[in-house]
Amino acid sequence: MSLNIIVLAKQVPDTRNVGKDAMKEDGTINRAVLPAIFNPEDLNALEQALKLKEMYPGTKVTLLTMGPGRAAEIVREGLYRGADDGIVLSDRAFAGSDTLATSYALSAAVRKIGDFDLIIGGRQAIDGDTAQVGPQVAEKLGLPQVTYAEDIISAEDGKITVKRRIESGVETVKAPMPLVVTVNGSAAPCRPRNAKALQKFKYAAAASELGADDPRKEMIAKRPYLAIGEWSAMDVEADLSQCGLAGSPTKVKTIENVVFTAKEARNIGNNDAELEELIKELIANHTIG
Amino acid sequence: MANFYTDNPALKLHLTHPMMEKIVELKERNFADADKFDYAPQNFADAMDSYDKVLEIVGEICGDIIAENAEDVDHNGPRVENGRVVYAEGTKKNLDACRKAGLMGMAMPRRLGGLNFPITPYIMAADIVSRADAGFENLWGLQDCAETVYEFASEEQKQKYIPRVCAGETMSMDLTEPDAGSDLQSVMLKASQKEDGSWVLNGVKRFITNGDSDIHLVLARSEEGSKDGRGLSMFIYDKRNGGVTVRRIENKMGIKGSPTCELVYKDAPCELVGSTRLGLIKYVMALMNGARLGIAAQSVGLSEAAYREALAYAKDRMQFGKAIIEFPAVAEILSVMKAKLDASRTLLYACSRFVDMYKIYDDIAKERKLDPEEKAEQKYFSKLADAFTPLAKGMTSEFCNQNTYDCIQIHGGSGFMKDYTCERLYRDARITSIYEGTTQLQVVAAIRHVTTGTYLNFMKEQEAMAVNAEDEETKSILVMMSQQYAAAVEAVTGIKDQKYLDFMARRLVEMAGHTVMGYLLLADAQRDEEVRRSLRVYVKYGQAEVAKHADFIANFRPEQIESYLY
Repeated sequence: MSLNIIVLAKQVPDTRNVGKDAMKEDGTINRAVLPAIFNPEDLNALEQALKLKEMYPGTKVTLLTMGPGRAAEIVREGLYRGADDGIVLSDRAFAGSDTLATSYALSAAVRKIGDFDLIIGGRQAIDGDTAQVGPQVAEKLGLPQVTYAEDIISAEDGKITVKRRIESGVETVKAPMPLVVTVNGSAAPCRPRNAKALQKFKYAAAASELGADDPRKEMIAKRPYLAIGEWSAMDVEADLSQCGLAGSPTKVKTIENVVFTAKEARNIGNNDAELEELIKELIANHTIG
Repeated sequence: MANFYTDNPALKLHLTHPMMEKIVELKERNFADADKFDYAPQNFADAMDSYDKVLEIVGEICGDIIAENAEDVDHNGPRVENGRVVYAEGTKKNLDACRKAGLMGMAMPRRLGGLNFPITPYIMAADIVSRADAGFENLWGLQDCAETVYEFASEEQKQKYIPRVCAGETMSMDLTEPDAGSDLQSVMLKASQKEDGSWVLNGVKRFITNGDSDIHLVLARSEEGSKDGRGLSMFIYDKRNGGVTVRRIENKMGIKGSPTCELVYKDAPCELVGSTRLGLIKYVMALMNGARLGIAAQSVGLSEAAYREALAYAKDRMQFGKAIIEFPAVAEILSVMKAKLDASRTLLYACSRFVDMYKIYDDIAKERKLDPEEKAEQKYFSKLADAFTPLAKGMTSEFCNQNTYDCIQIHGGSGFMKDYTCERLYRDARITSIYEGTTQLQVVAAIRHVTTGTYLNFMKEQEAMAVNAEDEETKSILVMMSQQYAAAVEAVTGIKDQKYLDFMARRLVEMAGHTVMGYLLLADAQRDEEVRRSLRVYVKYGQAEVAKHADFIANFRPEQIESYLY
């Protein structure tokens, strides 16, 4: 049985090797000095999709990314590793999106793709560390979700079996498809780029990447599979009031450098009573609210 | 996060050698595949860009996966279970990464599933892999055997086996036996033809690298009653058919991840390659030449690893209040290591370009008649490849042994402990000057080109090279070295005594090697300023070595040989 899989991926600044010039004076990320990379846990997600493609011949893996035109690099990177297709969701209207606006735009693009069995994304991106986008996409599409996945064991007869990495150990769950799965960094690392796929797709580009006399244009005209799809807000019929800054309730007030002086952690039981207790406490000490 | 290709600019210098344009155009038959395969290059620049990008994949896998697994593979190694080899866990991961990256069958034509890379970028990948783990290079590098299948097997056999190699199945060359090591003419493994025309193998092979591979090339005696090399033929044994078991694997000093097997053949079905009787004299000779170039690449990769380990330690290690690299005695060791490394590498790639040129012409000659000019080139490069292959294998493997020795020396007492990588490199290096023909046998192959003037002619061609003013002095030293070499050759051959020539052969070959490598570095320095330092250090070193040998020969009376012989 073949599957249609959408992999959600994000191009992020490489925050893993941060030097002293990584932040600008105003507290925002200095993207110029940090190389743009494929978000690491999205690579884990891609590997799960490619593994399913091996298990179920005929499976199609489509990479979906939101970002400026150069985010097509992420699509190429995915094609080099075995993805079949990719789309860049790119529009000025998406600029300044928080997680809510991002998941709105992504879910609109997923609706446009239409036919899918499975959406797989990384648990979280290393620039924001929110782990919200995957679950929000599921909510917006009205789909079930399995988070913290470490290994997708099978996807047959409309059901997926997933091993999850949770705080206290590992659990294996079954869920109906279609659904959203977010993959943990402890999952198998992504396979390397493939020599043939790289040579096949190295001239693939999104239209907005191509200058007037870009030599790639001729190749793309001859080989349509080299054209990386690029969708605007209008293409995915997005409501502009829910996109970008306008659709983002998150407002950054200030950013401070915090140096931890002490390590503190507390385990809260997985039940409503204890959670409620914690929320009350946090409201009381003005951490939230 | 390490990339063993992009962190080493020397590789790109050799990849972009001016001869590559011709090699690529011939190899790609003027880019005839461009519209037949979606991954074929459109033109020269496109092909070079592909080599560069694929080598980047190699560099990334080597830096992030293969080098990371090397220590564990060295400690745990492979084992035998029920007559089958089980690789170390790290080896399995390395192979899996190489398969998924499509790095098997790199030099095979596209129609058979390969990347159609020339030998030069393929050898560069071998150089990079060896820096990460020399033992793994053996498993990965045995894809070379596919070259022999491509050159000599039937079209049906090519179609059957080569795509499997490109998809990731491993190979082995089953040559050595308990009583047939350097002397392969003594091979006894029996090949017998059944009434239906099919062949079976019976007997034992020993010291077979990756002996439990998927597809074996086997040297066996097909002519009953024969005693010499002319009774030997080559066969393909397919593991899927069964009939060969692994009796044991050797406990080796180095390259421990590479299983060295003793194999038992019991009525193992096999297929004849090409014609009977040509097994050793034609096919194995071709196979060995390819393998020797592979060992030269392995040696260069190991030298690279040794130099890097030594350099990093010398910068880090403080004694008497400063880093030890600041002491001239230490700095000299490092500079000479680097010079030997650069010299080894330039010889390796000169050789691989020569191999590329004549092999591509050989392949084109199967499709159409070569014109007289092409034929002349084919002959010219074939001769150079024949001369440079043993020289490269011999010199680079000796240098890699010296460099790993010096790497431990730089580490002092710590280097003698199992805690540092240098001790593994030292153990891994030791085999390079032994297998695929000892250095002594490389000298036997190279001495022909000493006596017939191949090396001297090459030196004379290099003399015509225009160089920067600042290299004039170095060049004049090289001219002097070549004159000393020529005089020594004349002095030795003038005696007209084979035993005397055999005795002096290694000295003459080394003199040729130092001078040739000096010239190659001189040419590199014209393209890249960074090479100049190594050029100067190497020519200083080579000058002294050549003078030493010249002195030995000049002061040696032929009858003095008696004191050396047993």
